[in-house]
Formats: sequence, C-alpha cells, structure tokens
Amino acid sequence: MNTQALRTSVPSPIREFCAHYADNTGAVIAFGVFTLLVIAALFAPWLAPHDPIEQFRSHLLTPPVWTPQGSPQFLLGTDALGRDLLSRLIYGARVSLAIGLLSVVLSLIPGVLLGLVAAFQPRIVSPVIMRTMDVLLALPSLLLAIIIITIIGPGLVNTMIAVAFGALPAYTRLARAAALVEMNKEYVTASRVAGAGTLRLMLRTVLPNCMPPLIVKATLNFSSAVLETAALGFLGLGVQAPTPEWGSMLSAARDYIDRAPWVVTMPGITILISVLAINLMGDGLRDALDPKLKRNL
Amino acid sequence: MFAYILRKLLGLIPTFIGITLVAFFLIRLVPGDPVEIMSGEHQLTPAMHAEILQRFGLDRPLHEQYFDYLGKLVRGDLGQSLVSHEPVAKEFAALFPATVELAFAALLVATLLGLTLGIVASLKRGSWIDQGMMGLATVGYSMPVFWWGLILIMFFSVQLGWTPVSGRIAIEYDILPRSGLMLIDAALSDQPGAFRSAVLHLILPALVLGTVPMAVIARMTRSSMLEVLGDDYVRTARAKGLSPGRVVLVHALRNALIPVITVVGLQTGSLLAGAVLTETIFSWPGIGKWLIDSIGRRDYPVVQTGILVSATVFITVNLIVEVLYSVVNPRIRTEHTAQ
Repeated sequence: MNTQALRTSVPSPIREFCAHYADNTGAVIAFGVFTLLVIAALFAPWLAPHDPIEQFRSHLLTPPVWTPQGSPQFLLGTDALGRDLLSRLIYGARVSLAIGLLSVVLSLIPGVLLGLVAAFQPRIVSPVIMRTMDVLLALPSLLLAIIIITIIGPGLVNTMIAVAFGALPAYTRLARAAALVEMNKEYVTASRVAGAGTLRLMLRTVLPNCMPPLIVKATLNFSSAVLETAALGFLGLGVQAPTPEWGSMLSAARDYIDRAPWVVTMPGITILISVLAINLMGDGLRDALDPKLKRNL
Repeated sequence: MFAYILRKLLGLIPTFIGITLVAFFLIRLVPGDPVEIMSGEHQLTPAMHAEILQRFGLDRPLHEQYFDYLGKLVRGDLGQSLVSHEPVAKEFAALFPATVELAFAALLVATLLGLTLGIVASLKRGSWIDQGMMGLATVGYSMPVFWWGLILIMFFSVQLGWTPVSGRIAIEYDILPRSGLMLIDAALSDQPGAFRSAVLHLILPALVLGTVPMAVIARMTRSSMLEVLGDDYVRTARAKGLSPGRVVLVHALRNALIPVITVVGLQTGSLLAGAVLTETIFSWPGIGKWLIDSIGRRDYPVVQTGILVSATVFITVNLIVEVLYSVVNPRIRTEHTAQ
C-alpha cells in the first residue's frame, strides 16, 4: 500500500477501508465470485438456458458437455429426471442466497436489539435474556433448526426462520459485549450528560460504534446459513421439490453416485465455491475493519 | 480454585433448567400424535388410543408431565422410548459409544493435521507453502460436510474399493460389545481381520467429521505460533544454540497451544452437529442418526434425552475449557472474584 499518499492527505474511512480490503487478493477474487453469484441469482430467468423444472425425458443423466457422451444442449449435463443441471444450479443460487441473506437479517436485528437491551438493563432484564441465550447456544444450531423445521414444517420461509433462530444467541452476546465496552467510554457519558434518552443512547450513540464486529460476524454467518440451508435440504427438511435447491439436489443425487458422478460433484462444488467466497470476503472485511489485527499476524 | 469451579457449577443450574424446559416443550410443539405414529398402519379405536396415552402418562396436563420428567431425571430415569418400548438409557448406552468413537477419531485427525499445517505454515510465513496450507484450511472450513462425505465415498469406496461405504464393521464379524468402542472390541476379539475392518470403516467418517475442526485448528495454530515466535524467550532459546526443532516444538509450541486448546474444546460442540450429518451419510449407528429418526417419529423421551445430552456435552466442555484457562491464567479467576 502507498503509505506516502495516506500520510499526505487524510483519507475518508470508506477509502481507507477499500484500500485495506484491496490489499487482500483472496478477498478481492472472492468479491468477484460473489458478485457473479448475485448476478446469477438476480437474472436467473435470463441466464439459465432451460426451465429448471422442465424434464427432458430423452436426455436422462446426460453427462457434461466435455465428456464424449455430452450434449452442447446441456452444458453441465442433466439429472435423473432429465432436468438441466446448470439451470437448476443458477436458480438454486436464488434460494441459497435469499435464505442466507434474510436469515442473517432475521437473526441480526432481534439479536442486536436484545444484546443492547441486556447491556442497558443489567439488573433484571439482562440475566433473563442472557440465560435464555445460554440455553439456545448450548444446542447445536443444526439440531435446533431441524426441530424448528419439524414444528413449523419445511419450505422456503420456514427454513429461513429455522436457520435464523440458531444464529440469534451469537449476535446477542456479541452486541452486549461490544455495547458494554462502548458504554464506559467518555463520548457516551457526554451524550448522557447532554440529556440523551436511553433509546437514543442505545441506537444512535452506542450501536454505530459496535458495528464492525457485528458486520464481520454477519458475513461469516451468511456462509454458515448457506451451508445450513443446504444441509437441511440434504436431510430432506429444507426447501421442497421441485424448487431447485443445492442441498436437495445433492440428496437426490446420492443414488447415482456410481453411475453419474456429475450430479453429485456439480451442486457440491457450487456450494463449496459460494461458501468459500463468502468466508474469504468475511476474512477480508475483518482485516480491513481492524487493520491493527492484520499487522500483528 | 475449588471455590471457583463450584461457583461456575452453581451458575450452570439455571441454564440446565432452561435446557430441560426447551427439551421438554420444544418436541411437544411438533404437530402429530405420537400414538398414531406409533401404531402405524393399525387402526386404533378411541378407547385403545386413550389407553396408550394413559400408559405413557401423555394424557396428563403438560406441567404435571414436565415435573414428572424432571423428577425422574434427577433420579437418573430417562423414560421409555415410545417406539421401541425400551428404556431410553439402554438405547442411549448402546449408541453413544459409537458417536464418542467417531468424535474422538475425528478430533485426533483434526488435531494432528491441524497442528502440523499450522506449525509448518507459521515457520514458512509468507511463502507459497504458507499460502497453500492456509488456502487448504479455508477450503476445509468452507466444506459442505455432507458433500465431502459423498465425494470421499465416490473416490475411495466406489472407484478404488479401499474402504467400505457404511456401518462400523463388516457384517461377517460378530463382535461382543465390551467397551462399545468398536476398535477396542475388535482388537480384543480373536477374529482375524476384525480390527482392520473396524479401522477401515472408521477412516472416512472420521476424516469427514474432522475436516472443519482441522481447518479451525490449523488457522488458530498458525496465528498463535506467529505471535509466540517473535517473543524474547524464543529468541533466547535460539541464541542459546538449541536445535530449531527443540525451539519450535518445546519452547514456542507449548505457549502457542493455549488458545489452540480453547479452540479444540469449542469444536467439540460443533462435532455433535457434524455427527448428525456424518452419521446419516455413512449409516453410522450413533446418537446423531438416532436423534434425527426420533424427531421424525415424535419419540418424545428420546428427543428430550438427545437434546439434553448434546447441551450437557457442550456445557461441560466449555466449563472444562474455562477452568483450564483459569489454571493457565490466574488473572481470570481473580477478576471473577472481584466482580
């Protein structure tokens, strides 16, 4: 990085952040891959060569185009029902990214609010909230998600809720811890002395300063939400057929593991690349938001 | 020290009560009548239905059932499975060792590989070896466990025929369950080839379950080693003319291990979640698979036990990690007292 330029002019926080982020080649590539995924998800109807649920009965289990039996009509081949794999993967990106994003939002907002309330009301409310979170935290999140899905039934929205539920306690803890650190600082005292009410202190004064660790946590949670959605789909509890979803595509492919390896490899590689991209972005964000940490390591 | 542990244990009581509440009420929120699921295809008359409900105490008010459950729990009675009619404790005792064996093997794989990757990467900091190893760790961390299992089966079992696809030991061996751990039981039996078969059955599931913890341990070891390697005492050890191996493995690693131990401990909780998937892929007869099947069957006592056990394991491991930490760093203990 050009430190000379930084020293001569005071950079805006956003520019400084971008400069730090750009230092990390892996994170930049990951951002590119993630952008492609988002484009695929947004423009699926225009990008996908076929309808994801259309069955081409004369092309069951067609191998990918680069194999001798492949057909240029189906670039990545077809599944056991003759559906185009590439189209299903592109449409699957919609489901995975939507569930990932919305479940993060669904857990982040209530989680952070609960954490802030716990920090500001240490006497009675905090123990109740934190003990409840301890209980939720003690259960493996996948197990919790499975039980919740069994209660409210499978489906797109319900998967979102189930995945969000498991992530909630981590945000509450993190937000509370960050808020407690900030609350002892002078600017908060100043704001309080100036007459700011609790709500204002909570949301306008303290919250913005707690954001960096929460943003990093949310990014990393996004990847685990994508993984968990796929895991639920794989167990047959997530989004139901015929909606194309990466995990359930894998689950359906299990029976063809010896005859048609591509139906197993393609969805898995897609999940791996997506999760990897989001994780690398999360690492990049963490380093860029906390440059001190980066220099130490 | 003793007072510190005691205080920690007392502090866990509300959490435990909370977990019993969750375990008890959550599964009862699942729609579907356990008696109907139990009876399967058989048509039950209303009188028979009522009789079965009464026999299992399911006709009483929920709060009575809960206190009854709590009372039995304190006495160590986990109830009776609604499906198999066996005591839950007996079923659990038969299946738990399988999960323990798998989790230990996975943790062993994860620790050995993770430490090696982390140490080598820290020593070759900034080189392509470092980047390659940390790249590998990031891939491992992002791995969808269920797919990884299928890929390994596809390659090692289907293509090469090296390892079996499912189960704990080949069907021709009749192993007496002495410890419940197949490796030990197979080694104790005098059947030739039994131990080898047990090892071959364990390798792939352990590798699959160990992948994510391995990645976490590798990353943690690397950053922890890098911090320690720059310290004065490491430089002193080098200046004294000690061999590089001794400096790294004895002087540096011993101090770098503290945060790594914490991570290993915390990974134990996620091993349980991973076990649900790994056991499903490899048809491994452990508590993960048992729990998933029981949720589908509304087998209340089994699910309650499963939730309770996974939470207890998680809490216990966390407690041990915290206590170990306070042994290493007494400041934590005194800070706590000051509060």
